[in-house]
Amino acid sequence: MNLSLPFDRPGPVADEVWSVAEVNAAVRGLIERELGPVWVRGEVTSFKAYASGHWYFTLQDAGAQVRCAMWRAFAQKAGAPPAEGTEVYALATPGLWEEKGEFRLTVTTLLRTDQVGLQQQQLERTKAALARDGLLDPARKRALPPFPRTLVMVTSPDGAALRDVAKVARARWPGIRLLVVGARVQGAEAPAELVAALRLVNRLDADVCIVGRGGGAREDLSAFNDEAVCRALAEVRIPTISAVGHETDVALTDLVADVRAATPSAAAQLAVPDRAEVLHRADALAARLAGGLSRRTRLLGERLARTGDRLEAAVQDALRSRRHRLERAAAQLVALSPLRVLERGYAVPRGPDGRVLRRRADFPPGAPFTLRVADGDVAARTEPS
Amino acid sequence: MTDPTPQPSLGEELRALEEIVRRLEQDETDLDTALRLFEEGVARLRRARARLGEAESAVQQVLADARGELEFRDAAL
Repeated sequence: MNLSLPFDRPGPVADEVWSVAEVNAAVRGLIERELGPVWVRGEVTSFKAYASGHWYFTLQDAGAQVRCAMWRAFAQKAGAPPAEGTEVYALATPGLWEEKGEFRLTVTTLLRTDQVGLQQQQLERTKAALARDGLLDPARKRALPPFPRTLVMVTSPDGAALRDVAKVARARWPGIRLLVVGARVQGAEAPAELVAALRLVNRLDADVCIVGRGGGAREDLSAFNDEAVCRALAEVRIPTISAVGHETDVALTDLVADVRAATPSAAAQLAVPDRAEVLHRADALAARLAGGLSRRTRLLGERLARTGDRLEAAVQDALRSRRHRLERAAAQLVALSPLRVLERGYAVPRGPDGRVLRRRADFPPGAPFTLRVADGDVAARTEPS
Repeated sequence: MTDPTPQPSLGEELRALEEIVRRLEQDETDLDTALRLFEEGVARLRRARARLGEAESAVQQVLADARGELEFRDAAL
């Protein structure tokens, strides 16, 4: 069905006309895709805390203003409500309240600018102290072990960071042993618990240590800027990775640890090798090992065959020369044979005992003897006297 | 917790294996040496593969009790 709409350009067809809800949802999507959380500086006005715990207020500066909402979970962490006119930094996600078609910021963190100044000063003091003691020296950095057996994580035992590390580490190397030393990662007790946990790591048989937490806003990272925590981290005897889950902010533990990772998942990826890659390397080595040996034996076989050929030739040579010598010896033997002498007309007389008769005394009168001539024996007898 | 006989690490096994293969691929080694290298290579490969095949184990939470004794408890993720 085509509707004729009063537009002066070629109009959209009916099913291209959007509902209000659709256009609001589309605009909200656009804003949220294009703009992530941003820090906004302004004065708080028109503040109202509802019984539900949510906070509503306006942020304004000289040129503009914007409505803000802060949900109960975040408002509770923010402490006392800001007085009218307080200058703040707000960590906020721009968005659209669809029902009202109203642009607003959803605030997760609210910091008084004067307090931030103090925090910043404290941070700089701590950093200077750590630097003075050489804890930020790049020469201190240790390399991560290539094939750790045991990975120990210092974090909240029920936080997302531990789940993320376990998931990534096991996907990469199922046999990795995972230990967790629990510590609160935010709040007043967090620094002391982190220090105790890091000291406990030194009593474990582990190869690499990840300390950190999942993503949080600036004030949530304060425990990781604590001087005692940084010093305890520096005293961990195995290589350390700091992963406080904040892409933009750097915590002091990031500077003290051997390696900084943007998130706990990234830390696990740095700490644990990919088994598939190592398997591939082992397979390649296995193939080369077998190939190396068969090549050795083939070369040796060829050499053996060549040696065999030479050996056979040598034997043939030897045999030939032996045969010649034998023939020569046989010829000599023939030449020297007494039979040849007999051929020339000589005869050998032998007594009945076979003894050769050489003297007149060997022939008493009437005694029998044999004469050996060339073709046989002849019986004979001396004349009787 | 430590092995009574410390096994070479996987990194050491792979490095040694690479050296064995390199020597085996040279022509100078005599057959005796080549066979010895091959056997050593096979043993190292077997150990490396065993480490590569290790099964998944539970995540353990480490706790220190009041006397400072360590306790290992399977952690629920």
